[in-house]
Amino acid sequence: MSEEKAIELKGVTKYFGDTAANDHVDLALNKGEILAVLGENGSGKTTLMNMISGIYFPDKGHIYVHGNEVSIGSPKDAFNLGIGMVHQHFKLINVMSALENIVLGIDPPEGGFNLQKIRDEIIRLSEDYGFEIDPDKKIYNMSVSEKQTVEIIKVLYRGADILILDEPTAVLTPQESDKLFNVLRGMKEHGHSIIIITHKLNEVLDISDRVTVLRKGKNAGTALTKDMTVDLLTEMMVGEKITLDIERTSPVNPSKRMVVEDLTVMNGEGIPALKHVTFEARSGEILGVAGISGSGQKELLESIAGLAAPENGNIRFYSDKGEEKDRNDTSIAFVPEDRLGMGLVASMNVTDNVMLRSYNEGKGRFVERKKPFELAKKIIKALSVVIPDMSIRISSLSGGNVQKILLGREISQKPDVLLVAYPTRGLDINSSFTIYNELNEQKKNGVCVICVIEDLDVLLDISDRIIVLSGGRLSGTEDARSSNKERIGRLMTGLEAEK
Amino acid sequence: MTILITFIVKAIGQGIAILFGATGEIITEKSGNLNLGIPGIMYMGGISGLMGAFFYELSTDNPSPLAGMIISLLCALAVSALGGLLYSFLTVSLRANQNVVGLAITTFGVGFGNFFGGSISKIAGGVGQISVATSASAYKATIPVLSNIPVIGKLLFGYGFLSYAAIVIAILAWYFLFRARRGLNLRAVGEDPAAADAAGINVTVYKYAATVSGCAIAGLGGLYYVMEYLGGTWSNDSFGDRGWLAVALVILALWNPLNAIWGSIAFGALYILYIYLPGLTRATQELVKVTPYVVTIVVLVLTSFRNKPEDQPPASLGLSYFRENR
Repeated sequence: MSEEKAIELKGVTKYFGDTAANDHVDLALNKGEILAVLGENGSGKTTLMNMISGIYFPDKGHIYVHGNEVSIGSPKDAFNLGIGMVHQHFKLINVMSALENIVLGIDPPEGGFNLQKIRDEIIRLSEDYGFEIDPDKKIYNMSVSEKQTVEIIKVLYRGADILILDEPTAVLTPQESDKLFNVLRGMKEHGHSIIIITHKLNEVLDISDRVTVLRKGKNAGTALTKDMTVDLLTEMMVGEKITLDIERTSPVNPSKRMVVEDLTVMNGEGIPALKHVTFEARSGEILGVAGISGSGQKELLESIAGLAAPENGNIRFYSDKGEEKDRNDTSIAFVPEDRLGMGLVASMNVTDNVMLRSYNEGKGRFVERKKPFELAKKIIKALSVVIPDMSIRISSLSGGNVQKILLGREISQKPDVLLVAYPTRGLDINSSFTIYNELNEQKKNGVCVICVIEDLDVLLDISDRIIVLSGGRLSGTEDARSSNKERIGRLMTGLEAEK
Repeated sequence: MTILITFIVKAIGQGIAILFGATGEIITEKSGNLNLGIPGIMYMGGISGLMGAFFYELSTDNPSPLAGMIISLLCALAVSALGGLLYSFLTVSLRANQNVVGLAITTFGVGFGNFFGGSISKIAGGVGQISVATSASAYKATIPVLSNIPVIGKLLFGYGFLSYAAIVIAILAWYFLFRARRGLNLRAVGEDPAAADAAGINVTVYKYAATVSGCAIAGLGGLYYVMEYLGGTWSNDSFGDRGWLAVALVILALWNPLNAIWGSIAFGALYILYIYLPGLTRATQELVKVTPYVVTIVVLVLTSFRNKPEDQPPASLGLSYFRENR
């Protein structure tokens, strides 16, 4: 039995800090099959694959390759076992050519390197599998799909017979994806075993032989693809409905607070991350933002906060009376995803961090620490922050306490619009509820709360309305009270257009 | 005409020390390590070589130039390589901040040089009394016959072996970085250690090897200065800011050792230009001394305008790498 398995994982566990990214995961890849690994963001797909390819070392568990137990300590070990991974963020050296990237790090064949011979081999390899590649083109001159081709050839050239592709279609156009799938089918014909990580359900059904679903770091089940449907997969992926008991009041006198019109925002690489998004946000309500990570949530919040300049479109703010007012007259509070990088200064204490928002207040040339100190005390009390000493640097607090201070500081600005990104990521239940209650409190006070949350159960329970982003576009606006996880999930993956 | 030839010869003489430093730093920076300790390492190389020769000549009645040369060469290489090892351990293994460690090593290295320089001065009997003339004669020996040809002899063949070594090492370094397989791997480490790691390259080994050998090469610059340029003596702080010029030259050379060869001669020329320009006062000559740095800034501005990816610094220069970082 075990001879037929290319890879088998037994009880593989990996911790990052206190959180288990993978918790006793079993997984098997049969020889000559395409296995899809499906799961939501943060379900541990990439971490698991990184352990097979030697980037991470598992804390617990066993890995078997072709039936033999192995210890994979580095990517080189993985290569020697015939395992090659195409990472979601390409591991290519920009200033080098395709050829140079492909030969990088491999031991010279007998008789030394003959670049001309390798060039011919690469061209032959790409013809075999139906790639197009210019071996001498520099990576920085390549499109994403060309870069991916280089990554795949790099892996094949090293003689890998087990291929892992991490969300290979995330950056491809549908035509490019089809082409890639044809290549993958061709590789399967050649006897390669392939794992493809994805969260696009139609791709799973299209390409894979079997599918393993991960949920919150655990294996949620494996099935033959031919027995599966989109609905069954969605259910496996999101799991059963969990009731959270978050108190949700009806919005009181919601009025138009902010209108986003035809908003297009570029990401850092100059590619549009948010495309022609239009929606309205109201006072006294929580507007949830759903979407697979990297669908433009970051760019949306940052452009509302004024941190990213929109390429196109407008963001208008309105007073309670419905009159348009200037951004500068609107108080916008922002709790970013990167709390210690963007929200707070990790090496400063609580008071100084609280003061970051009020440095301009106070008289005279010298900083006035008294008011911020009192405010910090107030936040600590109101949100029951556990802190041993007011003078310690904020990075030595736990994630939950850090988040409470950040949220407390932002709320103390008495915002008109409160932007929150992943407010409870990495937080325990109690801290999470403190945060949810505080968000509800703000809503009651008439604040327009815009909230990006990855956990759909929470999002459905706390929001009044939900907008769904898919690939940077608005794929739906839902009433949170009447919608459900499956529907949001399908909108997120772009399977269902808004009706 | 004679003045011009003298000027060129002196410029080359100045440039060689800088070239050693720059070649060493290019190799180091190509691994992603920004070693600002190079100026200190060059001091350490210089004083160690001198001490080796000094104690050798002190211990024997009839010192041989060849033995003195070999001993001082080995001392300089070993001590500067140790400096590189210290830098690598702190920045690669312990992932300390590269700038802080580099500046600390420079401060340390200069102090190391001046301290031991002072110590052996005392043994020798006073300031300026150190002399390792025998060993230095091996360094200063020029190519016989050829160096006697008029003009060309002085211009091309009138230098000690370390001067030619500097140029040969720079050419070899270029060949290694841009033609050899391990050089390709090394450049990959400096550009993107995560990608290099994923390609099966041992990032730690490459960073250590590049930094240690880079420091050893840079240390030879200090040795050259002490032995060939000064003729085997020591004077505190006289090496000056040549180490920083070497670091600046790396940028001017766009991380290419071949560019560093002509760049070092240009820097050497600019460095001593004030002596040959008539009518300078003590104040205005300081302005002329600034020109190497001004030229570096101009080159930096021009290359950032051109924005050619190959001319940019290694992409992960100054950053430490940890595989499991998220």
